Amino acid sequence: MTPALDEIWVYLSASPLLGLTLTLAAYQAAFWLYRRAGFHPLANPVLLSVAMLAGVLLITRTPYQTYFDGAQFVHFLLGPATVALAIPLYAQWPKLKSMAGPLVIALVAGSLTAALSAWGIGAALGASRESLMSLAPKSVTTPIAMAVAERLGGLPSLTAVLVISTGILGAIGARYIYRWLRIDDHAVRGFAIGIASHGIGTARAFQLSEQAGAFAALAMGLNGLVTALSLPWIMPWVERLAGR
Amino acid sequence: MLAALTLLLVFQLLGEVIARALALPVPGPVIGMALLFVTLLLRGGPSEDLRQTAGTLLQHLSLLFVPAGTGIVLYGDRIAAEWLPLTVALVGSTALAIIVTALVLRALTRRQTTTGGPRQ
Repeated sequence: MTPALDEIWVYLSASPLLGLTLTLAAYQAAFWLYRRAGFHPLANPVLLSVAMLAGVLLITRTPYQTYFDGAQFVHFLLGPATVALAIPLYAQWPKLKSMAGPLVIALVAGSLTAALSAWGIGAALGASRESLMSLAPKSVTTPIAMAVAERLGGLPSLTAVLVISTGILGAIGARYIYRWLRIDDHAVRGFAIGIASHGIGTARAFQLSEQAGAFAALAMGLNGLVTALSLPWIMPWVERLAGR
Repeated sequence: MLAALTLLLVFQLLGEVIARALALPVPGPVIGMALLFVTLLLRGGPSEDLRQTAGTLLQHLSLLFVPAGTGIVLYGDRIAAEWLPLTVALVGSTALAIIVTALVLRALTRRQTTTGGPRQ
């Protein structure tokens, strides 16, 4: 490397420009691949982008914090995007209202299944307590999951990674589960993926239809609420029952 | 576009203020979403501008999770040590949550259709 290139690299690696540009470029490359693969769930654009970016960070030995200084501008938009979910929700309101009772029961069943099965499987296979408490809230949107994990004694930043992984897994697997169970109703499909896989599942549901997306957005919001309110007192009780 | 973006940020800000003032466990943007939703119900729907801006943001929703997901590089050691329980727990619980939610909702909405007469 000539001194000039060296200096350019020093400048770029310290500025937010590189992290931001890399994130946008990686996502567009990933989305191009996703489209080329005929929107196959395994070519999930979040998964592909994260793989590319993690590869670049590891190869160039760039600290995550340096990358995030730039990528935070994209991360920040999660806030207004969450608020924007009110619009599809409003569009589907008459249908949502007509299904209120069943939705609440499915919400409680799905929310408890997500948290308790994650804890149970992890515990049976010998995960550490920190990992288990980071796993329990992984089906809800990142900021809620991180806050809940912290209260339970997990690691918030590990939870963020588990939350994203859960989202990707749900976005990849839901289609196969629905085909196997013969579930065609877009309201049911959207609601279930929103419960299990929060925003990434919601993004996937919007690709199916606006109705599926709105039900997913509602499920994500409600599951965030239920999980935030219930897990901090359910998990200590589960641990005591399991003798841990 | 600019007006709609400002509106979304104002609702997020309101949500953050309420969440902190009342020490709620729910994040500000989720409260902001609820507030905007209630506003839309009261006012009878979003403006064309708001609808388009929201559509653009939500169209690229997946992109917004990429920076947090890349945080996986921080956990190489823990993932190497606990990859089996973590992977099985994530795959198993995600599948179970989808299955349970979908089956419960389908069972309940079917019964509603058969006992409550035809629904539109």
